[in-house]
Amino acid sequence: MIRFLAKRIGQAVAILLGVTVVTFVLSFLMPADPVRMLAGRSATPETVESIRRELGLDQPLPVQYVKYITRLVQGDFGRSYRQKTEVSALILSRLPATLLLLLGAIFFELLIGMPAGIFSATRRGRPSDNWIMAFSFAGVSMPQFVIGLLLLYLFAHMLPIFPLGGYGTLNHLVLPALTLGISGGGWYSRMMRSAMVDVLRKDYVRTARAKGMTERRVILVHALRNAILPIIAMIGLDIGIFMAGAVVVESVFGWPGIGQLAWQAIQMVDIPIIMGVTLVAAIGIVLGNLLADLVMPFLDPRLQLE
Amino acid sequence: MGRWMTRWMVIILALIMTMPALAFATDAKQGGEMTVTFKDDVATLDPAIGYDWQNWSMIKSLYDGLMDYAPGTYNLRPGLAESYEVSPDGLAYTFRLREGVKFHNGRPMTAEDVKYSLERTVNPKTQSPGQGFYSSIKGFDAVTSGETTDLTGVIVVDPKTVRIELSNPDATFLHLVALNFSFVVAKEAVEEYGADFGKHPVGTGAYKLSAWNLGQNLIFERNKDYYRSGVPKLDKITFEIGQEPTVALLRLQRGEVDVLGDGVPPARYIKMKNDSQYADNFMEGPQLQTSYITMNVKMKPFDNVKVRQAVNMAVFKERICKIINNRAVPANQPLPPAMPGYAENYDGYSLDRGKAKALLAEAGYPDGFTTELYAINTDPNPRIAQAIQQDLSAIGIKVDLKTLAASTVIAAGGEPDQAPMLWSGGLAWLADFPDPSNFYGPILGCGGAVKGGWNWAWYCNEEIDAKAKKADAMSDPDLVDQRIDLWRDIFIEIMEDAPWVPVFNELRNTMRSDRIGGSEDFFVDPVFRPCNYRYVFARDAQ
Repeated sequence: MIRFLAKRIGQAVAILLGVTVVTFVLSFLMPADPVRMLAGRSATPETVESIRRELGLDQPLPVQYVKYITRLVQGDFGRSYRQKTEVSALILSRLPATLLLLLGAIFFELLIGMPAGIFSATRRGRPSDNWIMAFSFAGVSMPQFVIGLLLLYLFAHMLPIFPLGGYGTLNHLVLPALTLGISGGGWYSRMMRSAMVDVLRKDYVRTARAKGMTERRVILVHALRNAILPIIAMIGLDIGIFMAGAVVVESVFGWPGIGQLAWQAIQMVDIPIIMGVTLVAAIGIVLGNLLADLVMPFLDPRLQLE
Repeated sequence: MGRWMTRWMVIILALIMTMPALAFATDAKQGGEMTVTFKDDVATLDPAIGYDWQNWSMIKSLYDGLMDYAPGTYNLRPGLAESYEVSPDGLAYTFRLREGVKFHNGRPMTAEDVKYSLERTVNPKTQSPGQGFYSSIKGFDAVTSGETTDLTGVIVVDPKTVRIELSNPDATFLHLVALNFSFVVAKEAVEEYGADFGKHPVGTGAYKLSAWNLGQNLIFERNKDYYRSGVPKLDKITFEIGQEPTVALLRLQRGEVDVLGDGVPPARYIKMKNDSQYADNFMEGPQLQTSYITMNVKMKPFDNVKVRQAVNMAVFKERICKIINNRAVPANQPLPPAMPGYAENYDGYSLDRGKAKALLAEAGYPDGFTTELYAINTDPNPRIAQAIQQDLSAIGIKVDLKTLAASTVIAAGGEPDQAPMLWSGGLAWLADFPDPSNFYGPILGCGGAVKGGWNWAWYCNEEIDAKAKKADAMSDPDLVDQRIDLWRDIFIEIMEDAPWVPVFNELRNTMRSDRIGGSEDFFVDPVFRPCNYRYVFARDAQ
């Protein structure tokens, strides 16, 4: 267990280091000059150069990178070019909102995806199965901003049940989490269905049925426990997928999370924020996968930590 | 006679412009509150740093400069200075400060604070984008080079008097001390918060910041000690951040918010403008803005003036305005109509494809040529770029569109040999202050025609540059008319060289709820957007 953890953490550090290199190089490869975005229209060339010097952007890229990493390992993410505030403070103030949204989204996608998948699998080939799979396909394919705006229009404007965007109460959370949950739920129902269909063909299911167990018990206890494994692994991966979705959904709903922060930073070429958010998202993904790997052996004793 | 006519017109115009201010500025009672929505986060409330339309007006409400503008107008009036004197040679401005002005922390403001604030903006460590505006102050170079932090041209005569000495006369100087970058900050707060001062602003302004929940909202409270009595009108303003304009409009219709910071979403513009139900809510007016196409005079074939003139005759501006639902009016010169120096009698290049083709033939391109047009990729700019593409194909010019992110388009324009044509929409020039010189230097002058500059046409006419210098040195108040005349000539001469196709002047709009009152001028205020936070009032407090 400890050896496994040490190995995985070592891998994680290497991955994160790679992420910083790639993001750093990409940010500077963008054909856009952060200083010019910062200095605006009226700044004289002298002012532009002086701001460039003050920010250390006149130095060669490798030198800048080494400086960045040196500060990063001391926990210093740097300061935003435009806001001048510490990036860590900006991210920390917004992280709770994003985490809340992720939890809400996972809740809804499981709530939608698992029952739909199980139901479909037990009625394979029948019209109800086809209908559910058609809906899940629609959920997967629809862009999140369309789902989001549609939900806002229906359940906040036409039927004012939920607030029109914003942040603060659980009521505010429902629509943005549901938006992510619908597209995620589409995937889950399809995965759940195919896993379930596989498992239902297995000998032990036949045995369970032969023993005279109720169909309900066969499915919920014997089959589900085995079919759920890929779903757990999927949740780990989902954190990464949600990070991308969060950028869109947070913008539509005015949800003050790090996705919104990243989106605005990209427009203004505010590299320290872009770096910081990317790094935090990468840490989230690495942790999510690690957690999924750690949980699996408890659910399936056949799996060993290795 | 013509001169008399213009002089009278200027006086009458000035009277008309000040009238709403006189009529509405004082009568509304204080009290009540409003909520303003914005999509983007507020970057900073540091007056030396903040330079976008969102924080620009917020900063104007939290701090003051020596000079100020009468609400809803372009007219300068004394701010923190109670009076001022200009030396006959135009090289020294002496400002007498108002008595009893206090910072939000309770400390009285003095001449030392004025000096400190200007020095801070000029100091390279501050990284102020507005540094260059103050280059005419004596001692500027010594501070920007880092030799000293003492700006010798700003002299504290006594605690209530400050004299600013210039190395060359600058007719725009009074505007420069009404600009945010000169606003007076409390030194102790800057030292306490360092780089985080922008999140903990302390000024002398009409409002003070009472709360800032990052990414969610900002709350401004009325400064009860504000030096202008009866101002501001509202007790409290809440800025809600992260609101999509479409959602914000729905919320306004429902009565949840009061003013749309980002204006009416384009898709709902026609409906809101024409719906009589919203006649008192929909606010629209001109702004100091021009959208234009630049032609890089250093790149073939635009190095030939005939080609540039031909393009000017081929662009169907009325149709382009129609594409954006007439949220703009066609332009024929760089200056917008509301700017002093706008040439009323100038006709510009009218649409004439036959003549355009003839000019192209004269220039040696009877069959046209192929070129590129850069534009930003957010609506409506790609649609406008397509319209330009069609217009030019009608005279044989084949245009390849490059629709890219704003930062990339700006970078391309700043290279001498990258963007032959560039559509400025979404990036276009909005005046920093209401003076024609602000429409010249960075975007049409030789100083801006440098790598990384904003003169995307790379137009540099030494003769015109000399005239511009002459105009900006005319700081004698008696020469105001002559100076404006000179600027008018300069811009018409530029149009003969045709480095730009001026396409339209955008109108700006917003919506207010039934709760909020104030002259429509306060909602299209030239220096405040979306509205003059100091003068709009709450109807329920009346």
